[in-house]
Amino acid sequence: MPLLEVEELSVRFQTDDGPVHAVDKVSFELDPREVLAIVGESGCGKSVTAMSLLRLLPESATITGGVRFDGDDLLAAPESRMRDIRGNEISFIFQEPMTSLNPVFTVGRQVGEVLRRHQGLSKRAARERTSDLLDLVGIPAPERRVDEYPHELSGGMRQRVMIAMAVACEPQVLIADEPTTALDVTIQAGILDLMRELRERLGTAIVLITHDLGVVADVADRVVVMYAGRKAEEAPVSELFAHPQHPYTIGLLGAIPRPETGEGVDGRRRRLQEIPGLVPSLSEPADHCPFAPRCARADDRSRSEVPQLEIVRPDHRVACFHPGSEADAE
Amino acid sequence: MSTAALAVEGLKKHFPVGGKLRPGGEVVYAVDGVSFSIAPGEVLGLVGESGSGKSTVGNCIMRLLEPTDGSIKLGETDITHISRRAMRPLRRELHMVFQDPYSSLNPRMTTGQIVGEPLRLHGIADGKDRDGQVAELFDKVGLRAELRHRYPHELSGGQRQRIGLARALSVRPRLLIADEPVSALDVSVQAAILNLLRDLQEEMGFACLFITHDLATVEYFCDRVAVMYLGKIMEIGTREQVFSAPTHPYTQALLSAVVVPDPERQRSRRRIVLEGDIPSPVDPPSGCVFRTRCPLEHESAPESTDVEPQLDDVNGDGHLVACHLVRQGAPAPDITRSAAASSS
Repeated sequence: MPLLEVEELSVRFQTDDGPVHAVDKVSFELDPREVLAIVGESGCGKSVTAMSLLRLLPESATITGGVRFDGDDLLAAPESRMRDIRGNEISFIFQEPMTSLNPVFTVGRQVGEVLRRHQGLSKRAARERTSDLLDLVGIPAPERRVDEYPHELSGGMRQRVMIAMAVACEPQVLIADEPTTALDVTIQAGILDLMRELRERLGTAIVLITHDLGVVADVADRVVVMYAGRKAEEAPVSELFAHPQHPYTIGLLGAIPRPETGEGVDGRRRRLQEIPGLVPSLSEPADHCPFAPRCARADDRSRSEVPQLEIVRPDHRVACFHPGSEADAE
Repeated sequence: MSTAALAVEGLKKHFPVGGKLRPGGEVVYAVDGVSFSIAPGEVLGLVGESGSGKSTVGNCIMRLLEPTDGSIKLGETDITHISRRAMRPLRRELHMVFQDPYSSLNPRMTTGQIVGEPLRLHGIADGKDRDGQVAELFDKVGLRAELRHRYPHELSGGQRQRIGLARALSVRPRLLIADEPVSALDVSVQAAILNLLRDLQEEMGFACLFITHDLATVEYFCDRVAVMYLGKIMEIGTREQVFSAPTHPYTQALLSAVVVPDPERQRSRRRIVLEGDIPSPVDPPSGCVFRTRCPLEHESAPESTDVEPQLDDVNGDGHLVACHLVRQGAPAPDITRSAAASSS
């Protein structure tokens, strides 16, 4: 049974320039211990999707659909129930570790706050447990770090503190929004290892929001590719990378420089694949395939009808009228 | 051999901590003895993590910062301490593309004015002639010429970065300094800009210093690569040398940490995670600056604590490495052989 079920989630923002349909009928499930990656470029709605699960969006957002977790519909649950869930059963790791920590409180107090709020620990017990948690996330000399302020820590350390805070109550679900994007690669490697380890040790399921297909290849079990607020494709990770079906996914994979693109057979360097055009504005709900204006496979049908998700290969869904990977065609 | 497009010798840039008002006596050793050269038409990638000093090197070459020590030669001319006035005509020779396409374009100028400004300042073209050249430049960077009447805020990030490129290349510089030119862009836009940059480089033949933290783009675009750590160059060599036979333990760790977009390959790779953080540039370690995080420190101690390793060309093939463990006849260092290294 899935741990978290998202059904037809839609998010609309009311702005001065009219409504923005940031997320359009997105559904997915998260199994226990699973790492689900939601991938897409800026403006595709991946972060808004993540934030809406915990109702962290501003009031200008209208959320519809259903988010089922542990017998509750999170979109309908009273605020008091949400406060019990946030940071306790489902927790969130934000992208920017500097702005997500409060600069005027010590690290110990901030991590401890979660424990005192949700587990009713005393000040002293919370402090001891905090130091264990900092140790768990690989911060050296945790007894000393507990009393330090965020500015005294490096970016990688701050992100570890964020993770310590997020896993303090051993949540069932961890939502991580670009957890390594602001970090250097050598630090990123450590954070990815840590997330993998937490999954093993605590059995936490993870929703990983990222634009980096390398990170996806490293830790994800299953992948949802989003484009213009809609789900374009979903498949297990090895299936997606080996047999991408949606032209957008294929384009993304071809756009990343990697060793093989360095030099072609004739000694001339191969070019990176470009995706022409721009991400569409989301002021109106789509009445055609949102990727059609940028797609070489688009035809009249793509321009007049919205493709629905269909199973094209085992456990592999695509919203495209002309799916198929170039590798399979040969 | 012809004169290098750019030759940097022993470049140092130290910043006093606290500034003039509150001198603390402490010094940030942002760049501490960096030497390299770029041949005409060559693309050198300067790679490093945040705080390695790579952008400071770029800013010193652009004369946006006054170097503390060392020399910078642009072709035959020593520009290390040249005055602003004397620098002005030389600005035709080197141009820069910045990371942030939003803040590096004047919002009150049309994109056409922005691209044409270097032509105007250097008195290269005026009036109709300039307008014609600007239109040509727009065409070259893949923008419709009509866009030259628009303002930067009307364009997308990728389009703005194309404007930045057109501006930099308008005077046909001999050297282009590109500081993280694609880092702020989405993957698909990044690809288009990288392709464009490579096409233009092949066509116009300018030399380029490509500053970035992203090893994948370096491998794609650069002829040679220099790896920086804490204000110093650890390793420098051709793309093949650095990527196929990384020799410095830091380069090895850096390459092992890169994620490749292929689940099978990525999950079977051996990853060496470095312990700790990059040390403070206020108080860099003695001897080898990398020793505090080096998985092979036990092999190079105590020499590594006392003596700073020099950037040496041990095999005489232009592959320079600054590590005590690199000696002629000895096997190259290999961080995977270290038992202390945590791997995954």
